[in-house]
Amino acid sequence: MENWYWMTLVVLIGLTVRWTVSLNPYSGAGKPPMFGDYEAQRHWQEITFNLPVKEWYFNSSDNNLQYWGLDYPPLTAYHSLLCAYVAEFINPDWVALHTSRGYESHAHKLFMRTTVLVADLFIYIPAVLLYCYSLKEISPKRKIAVALCILLYPGLILIDYGHFQYNSVSLGFALWGVVGVSYDWDLLGSLAFCLALNYKQMELYHSLPFFCFLLGKCFKKGLKGKGFVLLIKIACTVMASFLLCWLPFFMEREQALQVLRRLFPVDRGLFEDKVANIWCSVNVFLKIKEILPRHIQLAISFCLTFLSLLPACIKLTLQPSSKGFRFTMVSCALSFFLFSFQVHEKSILLVSLPVCLVLNEIPFMSTWFLLVSTFSMLPLLLKDELLLPSVVTVVAFLVACVTFFPLCESTSEAQLQLTSFAVSVRRRLPGFTFLPRIIQCLFLSSVILMVLLTILSVTLNPPQKLPDLFSVLVCSVSCINFIFFLVYFNIVIMWDSKNGRNRKKIN
Amino acid sequence: MAAFSLAASGGHWFSALALGVTLLKCLLIPTYHSTDFEVHRNWLAITHSLPVSQWYYEATSEWTLDYPPFFAWFEYVLSHIAQYFDQEMLNIHNLNYCSSRTLLFQRFSVILTDVLFIYAVHECCKCIDGKKTSKELTEKPKFILSVLLLWNFGLLIVDHIHFQYNGFLSGLMLLSIARLFQKRHMEGAFLFAVLLHFKHIYLYVAPAYGIYLLRSYCFTASKPDGTVRWDSFSFVRVISLGLIVFLVSALSLGPFIALNQLPQVFSRLFPFKRGLCHAYWAPNFWALYNALDKALSVIGLELKLLDPNQIPRASMTSGLVQQFQHTVLPSVSPLATLICTLIAILPSVFCLWFKPQGPRGFLRCLVLCALSSFMFGWHVHEKAILLAILPMSLLSVEKAGDATIFLILSTTGHYSLFPLLFTAPELPIKILLMLLFTVYSVSSLKKLFRKENPLFNWMETVYLLGLGPLGVFCEFIFPLTSWKLKYPFIPLLLTSVYCAVGITYAWTRLYVSVLTGCLVSKTKKQ
Repeated sequence: MENWYWMTLVVLIGLTVRWTVSLNPYSGAGKPPMFGDYEAQRHWQEITFNLPVKEWYFNSSDNNLQYWGLDYPPLTAYHSLLCAYVAEFINPDWVALHTSRGYESHAHKLFMRTTVLVADLFIYIPAVLLYCYSLKEISPKRKIAVALCILLYPGLILIDYGHFQYNSVSLGFALWGVVGVSYDWDLLGSLAFCLALNYKQMELYHSLPFFCFLLGKCFKKGLKGKGFVLLIKIACTVMASFLLCWLPFFMEREQALQVLRRLFPVDRGLFEDKVANIWCSVNVFLKIKEILPRHIQLAISFCLTFLSLLPACIKLTLQPSSKGFRFTMVSCALSFFLFSFQVHEKSILLVSLPVCLVLNEIPFMSTWFLLVSTFSMLPLLLKDELLLPSVVTVVAFLVACVTFFPLCESTSEAQLQLTSFAVSVRRRLPGFTFLPRIIQCLFLSSVILMVLLTILSVTLNPPQKLPDLFSVLVCSVSCINFIFFLVYFNIVIMWDSKNGRNRKKIN
Repeated sequence: MAAFSLAASGGHWFSALALGVTLLKCLLIPTYHSTDFEVHRNWLAITHSLPVSQWYYEATSEWTLDYPPFFAWFEYVLSHIAQYFDQEMLNIHNLNYCSSRTLLFQRFSVILTDVLFIYAVHECCKCIDGKKTSKELTEKPKFILSVLLLWNFGLLIVDHIHFQYNGFLSGLMLLSIARLFQKRHMEGAFLFAVLLHFKHIYLYVAPAYGIYLLRSYCFTASKPDGTVRWDSFSFVRVISLGLIVFLVSALSLGPFIALNQLPQVFSRLFPFKRGLCHAYWAPNFWALYNALDKALSVIGLELKLLDPNQIPRASMTSGLVQQFQHTVLPSVSPLATLICTLIAILPSVFCLWFKPQGPRGFLRCLVLCALSSFMFGWHVHEKAILLAILPMSLLSVEKAGDATIFLILSTTGHYSLFPLLFTAPELPIKILLMLLFTVYSVSSLKKLFRKENPLFNWMETVYLLGLGPLGVFCEFIFPLTSWKLKYPFIPLLLTSVYCAVGITYAWTRLYVSVLTGCLVSKTKKQ
């Protein structure tokens, strides 16, 4: 590796940015009685450390589920337990049952931030590096550039190190899964993805592409021979890894059911707070939450999600390819984010991860999307007083992207992967040559709108009648962008130039 | 951080580098800041609310104004912007005031004035020989130099965490050096004169400027063997140089002379009441001297050669006292350090006079002046090593030998800044930034000079690698041991002695290379 030192520098820069962001306040700092996600994570350490496994997910006098009850799968709980052991070693007050509620100190903040950095360093960052090394047909320098841009993606840094969460663990495992299946280490890949799924149930957004891709691979090898063996192997791996993670909860039926109930809180409603998906945006005109009964909301959101991701998934199953897999991951995750039930604004990170993976193929659209995704979390970031680090990291990310990928010149049809789409449209509409121009205009107006809205929400106080005016605007604007991206990614997937036969079939 | 071949066209990569480091500086805003933050806030308040006549008399805060007048005027200008941020910071009696707006204003004032530094680096890059230009952008001397300067670890730590304004001051120095390289001598002299009246620590390198301008500018020609031709002396040039220096000084000190306050100003600028070494020993000759003294006194006590009752208590308990009393070796007076410094500077200046080698010879002499005064000066701060490291970066990309010296100097010099930041949240930052700079400088210079001999011999390699275990011991292991309370000064002592060895070595090597260069070229001519 001649360029090893550039990779070292890239990692060092990534780590420096992460740590400097972590000096900023976390969510709910000094805001009793509920505090924020930081307190939630600390509370989970307290619960897992002091209570037997059986009581983790159950309401009891020692475990008030109303106060940040554990609602992530077992792997998160184990991780909390591990951190709790370290915390207990340093200062037992940090995880003392009951008395440690709302514990805040500089030392504790340092400890919590360090746990995030360690998890990131061991899971997410190696996965990114491995992924970039595995990229084919590009120069070593380009690999380094891609690695730097992925590591500088502001959304993940701000949520993990500013707001406080451990997204890098679940996303890192998912990325290990992607690396695994694209290297044809299918078992390792499915194991990694199962770990991701057992760390955060939101990884379900990525599950369909994994499923379809692996299934497609088996079909390709022939279901009567090698493919069948592979299918069985994968199924066994998945079962075994799930069994292992859920072992303490499979002892009793009620345990497993309770965990599931905690993981999928259907009664919490179609959406919470302000999130840049369809439901929240439609809510501005039409109060769906009040008009329709809950089970119909559930059914509608399920149907819409399923319909929107169906074409891409079918195509992936029929023609499994590493590239198609990554693009399908984007469109599936985006469909889930836009249409599914109970989505959080932070779930956009699940879409951003696969978009980071296509940064090399479509730098322009990826950068644009990653900017919008960070912007969509603006209300949350402002609430956490993370304005300065947000602006700085976003600009840094943009500078990195513009430096390495000449964005302004990369809007031709070929570079947007839209050649075959444009060709097939031109068969009907011969004058259809203005696509790059349109996209450039859209990009410009979207960026200007985002900058304007940011400035407005920072400087102005919203009118008293509409206290949520700016956050709703931010969400709606992001939502419109996301719908556009969903259409774009689906077009790219469907018109993937490899096979013309299939294109007609789906049309 | 780097712009690769894709962006090779124009100065695109330079703006990316500069913008990148500026953003990093912005991220450092919430980090720890030292008492220097309060020092500068107090100066803002003094210059804003008092008439000029009282600037150098005011003593409400212990951090009195002890920089030359231009810096006071600089604070005066800043204070007029500051009032729009937070009026309260301009109140003299508001000691240790630090609202979030004050923090933002002060931090951004450092970041924005660094624009001058960025411009100076840009100018310096033009002065570098492009002889061995490689096709690869990242292997071009210009690119490497701009990273070494813009992303300098010391400046990031000292200015943007610890809090000082070294960025634009170093910018002035680099700019004046660049002007001398570009043969714009008058401009260079003017900039340096201005710089002197911003911060008088630059007096240390004044001999290099003085001799160089006199020898290579005022004498317009040399004899074929390189010795001076006395008849080529240009009075016009001398007078114009003198005029420039005089006018700048008059502008700066004039008002205080008119107010008859010059002695007071000077007593503030040169406080010889302070001890030989700063609270934490700068890694120079005196650190070695003190350490030797301590070692001798310990040995003496063990062998019963010394009477324990006669040993001053302070020297035995900690290294943190201001006045260090020597027990075995003779104590050092300010005058002695001054003489030592002058003796150390003299050979390099002689060399500059008798064997002028153009601006590069001047630059070497300047680095030697800075290093010599760092080695032997009175009450030297560890931060002063930046005065040598920054100009040395210019030399490092041109010659393999200089690159070696630069790497040893910068690595040990930067490592010796570690004790400046002692708070836990900043620990990862200083380690990461140090690694970032060191990995980059070593590997890029190795790559630049890959066709020549390896940059380090085994001894230097072992020494530099030794910094790793030393850091681990001082930062991680020592705080866990029981010695922490009994001997709190041990990490500082170890750091400064270990780094002093490296800096002394770098200084010696640079001196040897300059002197041999001087002698060899002389004998060749003969």
